[in-house]
Amino acid sequence: MPDEDRGFRQAYWDEPTLFDLDEGPQPSDQFPEGADHGLPEDLTREDAGVPTVMRSRVTRHFTRLAQMTYGVDTGTYPLGSCTMKYNAKAAELLAQDEGLLHAHPLQREEDVQGILELLYDLGDRLREIAGLDAVTLQPAAGAQGEFVAMRMVRAYFEDRGELGEDSRCEVVIPDSAHGTNPASAAMAGFDVLEIPSGDDGCVDLSALEDALSERTAAFMLTNPNTLGLFEQNVEKIAEMVHDVGAKLYYDGANLNAILGVTSPGAMGFDLAHFNVHKTFATPHGGGGPGAGPVACTDELEPYLPVPRITRDPEAEPEHRLDWEREDSIGAVRGFHGNVGVLVRAAAYILMHGSDGLADNTRRAVANANYVHQRIKDAYPAPGGDLKKHEFVASAADLEETKGITAKDVAKRLLDHGIHAPQTYWPMVVDEALMIEPTETESREELDAFVDALLSIADEDPETVTSAPHTTALSRVDDVGAARNPILTWDQANDE
Amino acid sequence: MGFDTPEDVRYTEEHEWIKDEGDGEARIGITDFAQDQLTDVVYVDLPFTEEEFDQGDAMMVVESVKSVSDVYAPVDCTVTDINEELETAPELVNEDPYGDGWMALVELDDPSQLDELMDAEDYREFTENEA
Repeated sequence: MPDEDRGFRQAYWDEPTLFDLDEGPQPSDQFPEGADHGLPEDLTREDAGVPTVMRSRVTRHFTRLAQMTYGVDTGTYPLGSCTMKYNAKAAELLAQDEGLLHAHPLQREEDVQGILELLYDLGDRLREIAGLDAVTLQPAAGAQGEFVAMRMVRAYFEDRGELGEDSRCEVVIPDSAHGTNPASAAMAGFDVLEIPSGDDGCVDLSALEDALSERTAAFMLTNPNTLGLFEQNVEKIAEMVHDVGAKLYYDGANLNAILGVTSPGAMGFDLAHFNVHKTFATPHGGGGPGAGPVACTDELEPYLPVPRITRDPEAEPEHRLDWEREDSIGAVRGFHGNVGVLVRAAAYILMHGSDGLADNTRRAVANANYVHQRIKDAYPAPGGDLKKHEFVASAADLEETKGITAKDVAKRLLDHGIHAPQTYWPMVVDEALMIEPTETESREELDAFVDALLSIADEDPETVTSAPHTTALSRVDDVGAARNPILTWDQANDE
Repeated sequence: MGFDTPEDVRYTEEHEWIKDEGDGEARIGITDFAQDQLTDVVYVDLPFTEEEFDQGDAMMVVESVKSVSDVYAPVDCTVTDINEELETAPELVNEDPYGDGWMALVELDDPSQLDELMDAEDYREFTENEA
């Protein structure tokens, strides 16, 4: 139990918003009053609608907010499904390189050979990692990668005249899939057919058999699945999907469990997407720029989005952007995708090399299994005992015996200076605590996390159900926030 | 457990209730057991009137703080009215699941389908086994 006088205590500042700190219009040192700014009179205004605050106060504002937040750089962050691994500062430095930072997407190809080379090489390495034949770096996030892949599947069947009202119109998805899968398939114009998982948490082969037909365009599968279990029958699944002429899609959400050890291509998948923020340690952001590259087989390559980066060592310039591809599904993102984040992914891959990537995978899997084995008496995890990079533990026993829910455990972990695991997802497990330590955590950090979980299971329920006690804010009104969301400063002031 | 299970409605294995309102109409909602499992309901996605459903079709969506669940059509039916109160007061589903927390009023395609659903005693036994 943490010593609440001497243990973890989060910084707390009673910090107003920048709008509350607004000092009103101030003379600007950049545009002194009366200076000729050269802009037409009817296009200028006195008030820019943004708060004016002294620089020192702005710095303090953001420093205080930073002190009240929590990230991978602060401590253990076992948020299952999200792969919250350490973002190497070296990759950040590379992304700040002047040449990369100031390149403009409308510059002539001749002038940006360096960045095109970097992107081409990254695509090449992703191709190898996926065990597939071609890659696009365009999609802005994993979910857009899914959408792009489903559009490609659609274009493929359309091209062969197989797309119709009763033909290649369905995408089959297991009930344990991420919610983006059915959304992406539906947006791409397919009907979604959901199949139940078997008792072992994996794909139920007979349910799959019943679902597959000439109506099937694709089967979308995450392997290992959401319970952190490797699909034992993945080769059989690939055979069944291909036997009806459909395509098999690999959702790369859990790629950190197999990276460098096996690949989607080796398992028989036709397409795959990457979540670079998970697998390749780029920043996870509140909606900030992401990237979701897609890999595919040669058969599907003609349908990849434009522009494609080409390389011809004999030509001048060597790297070009090819827009003239008649079967392409078209452009899916402005310019060349979110290049800044791709540079960080390239840096991660190069820093580790193929052996290093496989090593990270093994450590991530070992870490998850270590935590599972140490906590399984208090927090059992359904499915086979051998997990991959993550597992879903259940607080159902604690709930029944002591009235301590998964949410209470999550809140109490904050008192130990540890971020909560994912809670109440996936819904197939009661009182779910989805735990993914990643390779980032050391043995000592894992032990501290496990000790915290075990001590919570032994604590008096009152302490746990009223936690957290040492954070800037304790329990917030999540029901009120969901029922009456106040999302803007204006709204808050109207209340 | 002590969940409320009125005798004058029929129940499904997916924890919907349906009440015969006479004249071929019936009212649909989710059970006391269901609202307890979901915890605080924060949003209900209601169907459109005149929308048609086959038995077992996903008809509505109930969102709570911890999960999002489909509400399935207990029988073949066409929606004639919806409980618009839920749009601003989803908590009615928790407070009064069989009363003010009703979700949709429907016209039954085949009223005899109601007889195939569980009665209160069957449902009590069903939820005891499920819990």
